[in-house]
Amino acid sequence: MADDIVIRAEGLGKKYVIGHEAERERYVTLRDVLARSARNAWRKTADMARGRAIITGDTVEELWALKDMSFEVERGEVLGIIGRNGAGKSTLLKILSRITEPSAGRVMINGRAASLLEVGTGFHPELTGRENIYLNGAILGMTRAEIKRKFDEIVAFAEVEKFLDTPVKRYSSGMYVRLAFAVSAHLEPEILIIDEVLAVGDDEFQRKCLGKLKDVSRGGRTVLFVSHNVGAIEALCTRTILLKDGHLTFDGRPNEAVNRYLHHDAGRGSAKFAPRSGSPSITAIQVDELELLSGNLVIRIDFISPYQLAPPIPGLVLYDEVGVPVFGSNPRIHGENFEGEITSAGSIWFEAKDLPLMQGQYFLSVWLGDWHNDYDYKPHALSIDFKPKNVVTRSQPSSDIGSLNWPAQWRSKRRPELKADIPRAPTGTGS
Amino acid sequence: MSDRRHVLVLEPGRAERHYWRDLWAYRELFAILAWRDVSVRYKQTVIGVAWAVIRPFLTMVIFTVVFGRLAKLPSEGGAPYPILVFAGMLPWFLFSTILSEASNSLIGNAGLVGKVYFPRIIIPTSSAVVALVDFGINLAILFGLMIWYGFMPSWRIALLPAFIVLTMVASLGPAFLVTALNVKYRDFRYIIPFIVQFGVYVSPVGFSSAVVPGKWRFWYSLNPMVGVIDGFRWCVMGGESRLYVPGFLLSLGIVAIFLWVGIAYFRRTERTFADLI
Repeated sequence: MADDIVIRAEGLGKKYVIGHEAERERYVTLRDVLARSARNAWRKTADMARGRAIITGDTVEELWALKDMSFEVERGEVLGIIGRNGAGKSTLLKILSRITEPSAGRVMINGRAASLLEVGTGFHPELTGRENIYLNGAILGMTRAEIKRKFDEIVAFAEVEKFLDTPVKRYSSGMYVRLAFAVSAHLEPEILIIDEVLAVGDDEFQRKCLGKLKDVSRGGRTVLFVSHNVGAIEALCTRTILLKDGHLTFDGRPNEAVNRYLHHDAGRGSAKFAPRSGSPSITAIQVDELELLSGNLVIRIDFISPYQLAPPIPGLVLYDEVGVPVFGSNPRIHGENFEGEITSAGSIWFEAKDLPLMQGQYFLSVWLGDWHNDYDYKPHALSIDFKPKNVVTRSQPSSDIGSLNWPAQWRSKRRPELKADIPRAPTGTGS
Repeated sequence: MSDRRHVLVLEPGRAERHYWRDLWAYRELFAILAWRDVSVRYKQTVIGVAWAVIRPFLTMVIFTVVFGRLAKLPSEGGAPYPILVFAGMLPWFLFSTILSEASNSLIGNAGLVGKVYFPRIIIPTSSAVVALVDFGINLAILFGLMIWYGFMPSWRIALLPAFIVLTMVASLGPAFLVTALNVKYRDFRYIIPFIVQFGVYVSPVGFSSAVVPGKWRFWYSLNPMVGVIDGFRWCVMGGESRLYVPGFLLSLGIVAIFLWVGIAYFRRTERTFADLI
C-alpha cells in the first residue's frame, strides 16, 4: 500500500447476534414445546462446542453495528469521528485497536497503533504512583526501557512528584486523572486513537492535553479522535467522518460534518430510544410544543431501569445552532424543589419559563444518572426551534450577536443642552 | 523503516498468524501483570501470608488424623504420615489455586480486555504466578516439617524444579479451558469450587496412591493429578517411595491432552472475549 496511507478500511462490517423470545401461543402442545426445547438445546450445545456464544431465545436476529464502511487515513491527519450513540463509533475504534474482530471486510493498518485509555483503566488503586506508571505503560504497549526514559517527563507533566510513593487510592481525583493521562500522552505510536478522554481535569490541564495532541499530529503521527464535543472536533481535526446507524454518511471538512451531524441527525421536538439491556436508559425525550410557543421550555424525560434508581437524576445541556453550549441544568444546580422518587421507571419534567434566548435552532443533550453515576447520555438528541415572545425579527446570526436574549429596553430623549456643553474651540471660529 | 514490519491486516476469521511471536513481544506485560497481582496480594493483607501458612498446615493436620490415625492408611516407605500428606498437598494446592485464580482472572480484568489489545492468554498465565508464591511458602513449611521429623530427602529432591514445572503445566491446561468457558458461561465459576473440593478426595492427597487396588491403579491415573502427585512424592520423599511408571505416563498423556485442548479452545474463543465481557 502507498506509504502515506496508514489506515485503509474496505467494506468493514461488524455483526452482533441477539436472541428474541418467540411469542408464546395461548395453547401449546407438549409436543411443540418438547420439539422446540430439543431444537434449542441442540443449537446451544453445538454453539458451546464450537466456542461460540450461546444465544438465548427462540429466534436470533443479526444486528450490524457497522456496515460496509470504507475509508482511508493518511499519515499526519487528525481524523474526527462523530455520530450519535449507537452509530458505530466505538465499534469502529474497537476493530482498529484489535480488541474485537470485524465480521466482514478488511482493514490494513500501517504502523503501530495505540489507544488513549479511559482514565483509570489499567490503574490499580493499591499500587503507588510510581508502580502504576510502569503498569499502565506496559499495558499501553511501552517497553520498560521506554518508560524509564520518559519517567521524569511523565511525572512532571502530571505534577505528582511529591506523591510518587503514595498508593493512588489516596490521590485526589484530579491527580489521578492527570497521572493517567500523562502516561498515555507520552506514548509514541504512529497512530493514536482517542475516545472521549478530553472531558477530564480542570481547564488548565485540558489546555495542556490539547497542546500535547497538537504536538502529536505535528510530529507526523496520525490521530483518530472520537468525541461528542463538536467544538473540539472543529478545533483539532483536519478531516471528519460522520457515522449514522453503522454507515459512513459523510467524509470531509470538520465544520461541514459537525453541521450535518447537528442539523440532520437530531429529532425534532421529540425522540424515542430503544432501551439498552442491563442498564438504566432514557427511552424518550419530549418537548412541549405548546409551551414552546409561549417561550417556555418544558421537557419530559422518560426512563426505565433494570433496578431501582435512588433517585434518578437527569441533566441537560442546550446548545446553539453552531454547537456552543448555552446553558445546562440538573437538580444539583436547580434542584431546590426537586424530590426524586425512588423508582425503576418514570418521567421527569424540566421547566424553564420565559427563556431568554434569541430566535433560532437549538440542540439538546440529555443525561440520566443518580447522585453518583451517569448511566445514559443522548448527545444532541433533539433540535428545537425557538421563538421568543418579545422579539419579532432577528437581523444577525447568533455567531455575531450570541444567543442570549436578555430582557432589555431602549429609550430616547431630546437633549439640546448637550450642544451647549460642548467646549468652544480655542480660536475664533464662532461669531 | 521499521514501519514495514508493522503492516497489520484485520479480517474476519483470520487466525493470528504470529500468535506466539506476539506473545513473546508482550512478555514485559506478562511480567508486570504477574508482579502486580503478587504485590497487590501481599500488600493488602498481613493476613495474606499468615493465611498461606495456616491453611495448608491445618489441612495437613486433619488429613493426618483422618487418613493416618483413624483410617490407619499406610505411609510410603518409612516416612512420617504428615510428610506424605504435605508432599501431596503441595502440588494439589498449586493446581487448585491456579484453577480458581485463573478462572476469575479475565472477569477481574474485564476493563483491560475491553479496552486494550494483547494476547489474552497472558492474563490467566500471570495469575498462575501468584499461586507460585503461595507454593513457595508451602514448600518452606515442608522443609520445616522435614527438619522437625529429622527426615532426610534423597538425591531425587534435585529434580524438584522439573516436577514444579510439570504441576504448572498440568494446571494451566484445565485453567485455560475454564477461564475461556467462564467468560462465555458465567455459571462455570460455581463449578470450580466443586471441582476443587471434590478433587482433593479423588486425588491421592490425603493418602498414598499405593493403597488403590492394583487392578484399578492404571485407570486411576486417568486423573492427571494422580501422576503429578505421585511424581512429586517420588521426588520429595526419596527412599522407598516408588513410582508406578505406566500410571505416571498415562497421567502425563492426559496432562498433554488437557494443555492442547485448553490452549486451542482459549485461542479459538479469545477473539470474541471483548464482545462478551
